[in-house]
Amino acid sequence: MWTWLHRLASPPHFYRAAGQLTPWFGWSAGILIALGLYGGLVWAPPDNEMGDGFRIIYVHVPSAWMSLCTYTIMAVSAAIGLIWRIKLAHAVAASTAVPGASFTFLALVTGSIWGKPMWGTWWVWDARLTSELVLLFLFLGYLALRAAFDDTDRADRASAVLAIVGVINVPVIHYSVQWWATLHQGPTVTRLAAPAIDTRMLLPLLAMALGFTLYFAALLMLRVRAEVLERERRSRWVQELADGSMA
Amino acid sequence: MKEFLDMGGYAVFVWPAFLITALVLGANVVAARRREAAVLADLRRRRAADRSRS
Amino acid sequence: MALASPAHAFILQVRRDLRLAARRWGEAGNPLVFFIIVITLFPLALGAEHALLQRFAPGVLWVAALLAMLLAQESVFRSDYEDGSLEQLALSPQPLSILVLAKVAAHWLLTGVPLVLLAPLAAYALYLPAEATPTLMLGLALGTLLLSLLGAIGAALTVGLHRGGVLLAILILPLAVPTLLLGTQATDMAATGLDPQGPIYWLCALLALAASLAPFGAAAALRIHLE
Repeated sequence: MWTWLHRLASPPHFYRAAGQLTPWFGWSAGILIALGLYGGLVWAPPDNEMGDGFRIIYVHVPSAWMSLCTYTIMAVSAAIGLIWRIKLAHAVAASTAVPGASFTFLALVTGSIWGKPMWGTWWVWDARLTSELVLLFLFLGYLALRAAFDDTDRADRASAVLAIVGVINVPVIHYSVQWWATLHQGPTVTRLAAPAIDTRMLLPLLAMALGFTLYFAALLMLRVRAEVLERERRSRWVQELADGSMA
Repeated sequence: MKEFLDMGGYAVFVWPAFLITALVLGANVVAARRREAAVLADLRRRRAADRSRS
Repeated sequence: MALASPAHAFILQVRRDLRLAARRWGEAGNPLVFFIIVITLFPLALGAEHALLQRFAPGVLWVAALLAMLLAQESVFRSDYEDGSLEQLALSPQPLSILVLAKVAAHWLLTGVPLVLLAPLAAYALYLPAEATPTLMLGLALGTLLLSLLGAIGAALTVGLHRGGVLLAILILPLAVPTLLLGTQATDMAATGLDPQGPIYWLCALLALAASLAPFGAAAALRIHLE
């Protein structure tokens, strides 16, 4: 098992393996998202309070879920890169940042769009949205720090320290914002995920969540391949690859 | 069909939300593919330049 | 000569930093002046109505303190980085995290403590009820120490970088959100006559977490720049 992992940590092997895995992740993501969309937009019954408007959760909740997932993956791979000095782990962390920020952005935008018919304004300082906003700042900070370094190696290590510090803080931030929200808002504010109790409402949500996860896996494979090529461009295997594809 | 598109009156909220999601997720994939192609293209260009020089 | 114990090295480092800072008294005043200016901006922006200012006082005081501390954080490692002493610290047989903790402690004595002492004045100007002032000071003492620790990580990550100051703020502000929420809530509770124990204990807990982990994070970040 360890030899397999060791081989995977070698860039050329990972490059090839990622290339093979991408279509599997991609197609299964497509199928699950298609099922989730049909289930969420057609099959699930309308909500008591919000009618058909609640269907936004089918993109909002998976985005929010993925935003937290990706930050954790970013921090874990950065930690692996920092502790065991595995270059590929740093490449994975770097590749996760923009997708993670995208998911966070989507969670905020779809959450805001939900808020308009629900609460009358385009923005509310409710617990989840405020937490997501802070998470977006964490992602942007990570990207800003990476960009400030010319040397890739230093950028990797500095952003790894930041990601690790950040991931320890994420639960603290999340719970303190939730506590703050209960203090300053009346009990009339409902949590955004509340309606999904009915099975017909829940199943499409699970499909979308799983679909988004597989989509991220596929996207990660694509991004890490590009990142690895960029970082290893002076090595022989990349040179040969460039020559080989010059048919 | 019209009822579906109308989303019980919430169409102006539901459809933009789904659309922007599709856009952002799609853009990420396109950008990733483009980057890999760009790196390879740049590499090939340099190799060709090195060869013609030597 | 026998190797000094880490505790002794800590004290020596604190003393050294304080002695060096004493040569430039003026600099310690900058964050304080900034704090007062920010406090002044709020009545100018919101209007001088008593009830309004009183209601916003806890939040305004904490935001101003937060910004003043962030402004000051950049200097915790900068001068040592520039004259090469930081490298000497990293090469010394003492654990870098202990020396970092010492530098943070000295820096807090110079920036956080004056802020805490100045806070009652600012609180009075914003009509904060007098019974809330002790809670404000205690909260700020804990909060500014927390910010010094978090800020040290940010300073270590950005030391020597172009435009490091703004980047430091961007990195640290999200992490400072829980401190801000707890501190303002404690002050708010005290202002309305409630017992602020809960948030104060939480601040203590966060401080314990930060004090044990932040020095290692900052030390690791410093080594990245020193190689």
